[in-house]
Amino acid sequence: MTKKHADAIVVGAGWAGSILAKELTEAGLSVIMLERGSERATAVEGAYPESIDELRGAIRKRLFQNLSQTTVTVRNTIDQTALPYRQLAAFLPGEGVGGAGLHWSGVHFRVSPEDLRLRSSVVERYGEKFIPEGMNLQDYGVTYAELEPFFDKAEKVFGTSGEAYKVNGKIVGNGNIFDGDRSDNFPLPVMKDTFTASTFRAAATEAGYHPYSLPAANASRQYTNPYGCQMGPCNFCGYCSGYDCYLYSKASPNVNVLPALRQDPRFTLISDAHVLRVDLDDTRAKATGVAYLETKTQKEISLSADLVILSAFQFHNVHLMLLSGIGKPYDPVSNTGTTGRNFVYQTITSSRIWLPSSKYTNQFIGAGGVGVAIDDFNSMNFDHGPLGFVGGSPVWVNQAGVKPIAAAIGTGGGGTPRWGSAYKGALIDTYKHSIGVDAHGSNMAYRDVYLDLDPTWKDAYGQPLLRMTFTWKDNDIRMNQYVVSKIEPIARAMGATKANLVHLNAGQPFDTRHYQTTHLGGGAIMGTDPKTSALNRYLQSWDVSNVFVIGSNAFPQGMGYNPTGMVAALAYWAAYHIRTTYLKSPGPLVQA
Amino acid sequence: MPPKEPTLTRPLRRSFVKGLLGSTSFWMVSGHSHWAEALAQEAQKPYQPTFFTPEEYRFVEAATERLFPQDQHGPGARGLGVAEFIDRQMESPYGHGDNWYMSAPFVQGPANLGYQLPFVPRDLYQKGIAGLEAYTRQQHGKSFADLRAPAQEQILTALEGGSVSLGDIPGRVFFEQLRTNTMEGAFADPLYGGNKGLGGWLMLGFPGARADFMDWVNQDGEAYPFGPISISGETA
Ligand SMILES: Cc1cc2nc3c(=O)[nH]c(=O)nc-3n(C[C@H](O)[C@H](O)[C@H](O)COP(=O)(O)OP(=O)(O)OC[C@H]3O[C@@H](n4cnc5c(N)ncnc54)[C@H](O)[C@@H]3O)c2cc1C
Ligand code: SF4
Repeated sequence: MTKKHADAIVVGAGWAGSILAKELTEAGLSVIMLERGSERATAVEGAYPESIDELRGAIRKRLFQNLSQTTVTVRNTIDQTALPYRQLAAFLPGEGVGGAGLHWSGVHFRVSPEDLRLRSSVVERYGEKFIPEGMNLQDYGVTYAELEPFFDKAEKVFGTSGEAYKVNGKIVGNGNIFDGDRSDNFPLPVMKDTFTASTFRAAATEAGYHPYSLPAANASRQYTNPYGCQMGPCNFCGYCSGYDCYLYSKASPNVNVLPALRQDPRFTLISDAHVLRVDLDDTRAKATGVAYLETKTQKEISLSADLVILSAFQFHNVHLMLLSGIGKPYDPVSNTGTTGRNFVYQTITSSRIWLPSSKYTNQFIGAGGVGVAIDDFNSMNFDHGPLGFVGGSPVWVNQAGVKPIAAAIGTGGGGTPRWGSAYKGALIDTYKHSIGVDAHGSNMAYRDVYLDLDPTWKDAYGQPLLRMTFTWKDNDIRMNQYVVSKIEPIARAMGATKANLVHLNAGQPFDTRHYQTTHLGGGAIMGTDPKTSALNRYLQSWDVSNVFVIGSNAFPQGMGYNPTGMVAALAYWAAYHIRTTYLKSPGPLVQA
Repeated sequence: MPPKEPTLTRPLRRSFVKGLLGSTSFWMVSGHSHWAEALAQEAQKPYQPTFFTPEEYRFVEAATERLFPQDQHGPGARGLGVAEFIDRQMESPYGHGDNWYMSAPFVQGPANLGYQLPFVPRDLYQKGIAGLEAYTRQQHGKSFADLRAPAQEQILTALEGGSVSLGDIPGRVFFEQLRTNTMEGAFADPLYGGNKGLGGWLMLGFPGARADFMDWVNQDGEAYPFGPISISGETA
């Protein structure tokens, strides 16, 4: 290649990619951002009333990844044949400009400080022996204090609504008592409680827990962010999770970052551009650029650059690393290699509580990021000693807007009718008078849970699919069961007429047919030791120093919180160190 | 015949026309009796399926009504136009499995690893209906639609429980396809042919496309006071 096309290439136009592109153009670099999906704008995808359509939205999944082009294969154990994930269900990856950031819900957490040093924390309290055999428990290699300015920055860019507990060491409000210290308050005041959320708040208090409002990237007021991008107030329309927000109230790359970026002459966005691989030079230690397929013409195009940012989402990042030969693929048998290691997810179970029929829960009213939670059983906030498991789980009411098709498909089962007249009666009663309560918990990493390339199935471009080897393990199942048992006193305090407390069961394998979350993590994790992490603490590849890999792939464990706040903070953290150190003298930021 | 799928940015032409019919200007120009009659006539004309054969359509109407029967709670699948909805969906990209990964080989495995058949929804219906009709004739000597409700229920229970095989496809797979599409047809916006008269939404107290609850975020357990409205502006 003779001519350099850009200083930096960014792969993927979601939150991670948009933040990196913004930071790098601010540093004066020319940036080309490549997105496999099409151009997307809220004025089109979010237009009222056509966007207020459950069938076309969350049911037919028009904004999500089109699996006909590429998917993954899944198996539970190493001795199984992995089979293709042919229909979207368990997780819903994004596609198109904005990525999943266009249609996420907006729960915008930071991190529990102890989760960043979970291994150290567990060992300090309970000793090395407490960690079960086969669990790859690791620290991130970065502290909460180091990340704090970047959490703060992300909240200001996202226009996050919330109530703080402590700012600069001083108690300022009724926020989460388990939160780390903050340098500033949330940029917007807290969102209102729905009826279900206020009911949960009162009952959780009565049960002796410490409820707090979920931090929400749904704007409680009109807001202009530091990039000059504007948001309008959220009206709890309820078409939030899985939809583009017609009121410009839910933070998205499309509303909160890209309008500023698109005005920068140093920035170029190419959509319908599916990146096939990162090209490396003969040393295999330096990237020269990327090759992508122009999907409309099926033409392969090569672009060269000094710096390559992978921000294609957690498992797509790992897939691209494996296809490109970045780092050594993880082998669970010899326990060597790092690309694909520590693949993690999240445990989630949804319980239901019925109120007397005089109470209407109006579940269609809601916003994706809004709700009330307790952290009494999350992270290291409780004594694990007598319990014998690692991890934890927040419990919450997060009424994002329950719509009728989803409610109808989900009603019944577990011995109750799924069709017929009795089913109809139960559906109506459940829709009108019940409350959903989730235990949304951690998932630890295990030696035999990982990502690699599938030997059989290929994508539409002829490349091997990514293979997931994943199942629920005893530690996480017991954690989930313990936390779900703590919902019972809340249900009682609510005056429940009936409760269906749902938990994982011993030996239950991961099931690809039912939605869990899209909070997949790990596979190319950050850390301090190149033997056990693919990336250093600045999310720079240990092996190819001009490649940074930004996303939840960096998480060594799946945490109880939703990931995007952490992804955004890590994106700003990595960008800061690229700007202040790497660009002055390109090369490894940490010596291996 | 109205178009089958809305484009990304515009509502169906049919819904646009309906919207016009309901608007004041049209109302004043043409007079009440005219448009009301026209609408009533349109509603009375039976829908002509384009994907299903008349026999298949009779099956879909009968089976979906059993899954979602008219009862004390409100209308059933037949009254809500669920069969029309499914017929129209079969002609849409969804009917062709447009966003399913359909590359070979097709290897069967444990149920929890998901759907692994080489069939898209259109195939599932054609094969499923043929298989179930054959089974019903063999068991009862007549077509599913001609059986009495208890016998239909028995067959659907067996299908759901996995004890009926329909040639190429497991009975359970066909059952889930039918159940899912039935619920979609009962509760999707009427734009797609089901949820006639917003009857599905009325049963649940769901306000449809209102999508503005600024003043109703928390009414301390009172029911939301307004009825549903559809994307085209239809109210109930
Ligand atoms: C329904 C839903 C609700 C959610 N709610 C929440 C929530 O409330 N809180 C929370 O914290 N998180 C939530 N999430 C998760 C959140 O959406 C993700 O964590 C976040 O969007 C990740 O950002 P990203 O930039 O890493 O990846 P993405 O947003 O997925 O962006 C990656 C982009 O890269 C593109 N890409 C992939 N491969 C290639 C390739 N080979 N070439 C070119 N481009 C490529 C993709 O098309 C995509 O546009 C939710 C997710 C979903 C699906
Ligand atoms: S609930 Fe609020 S943030 Fe979500 S889509 Fe509706 S208006 Fe937007």
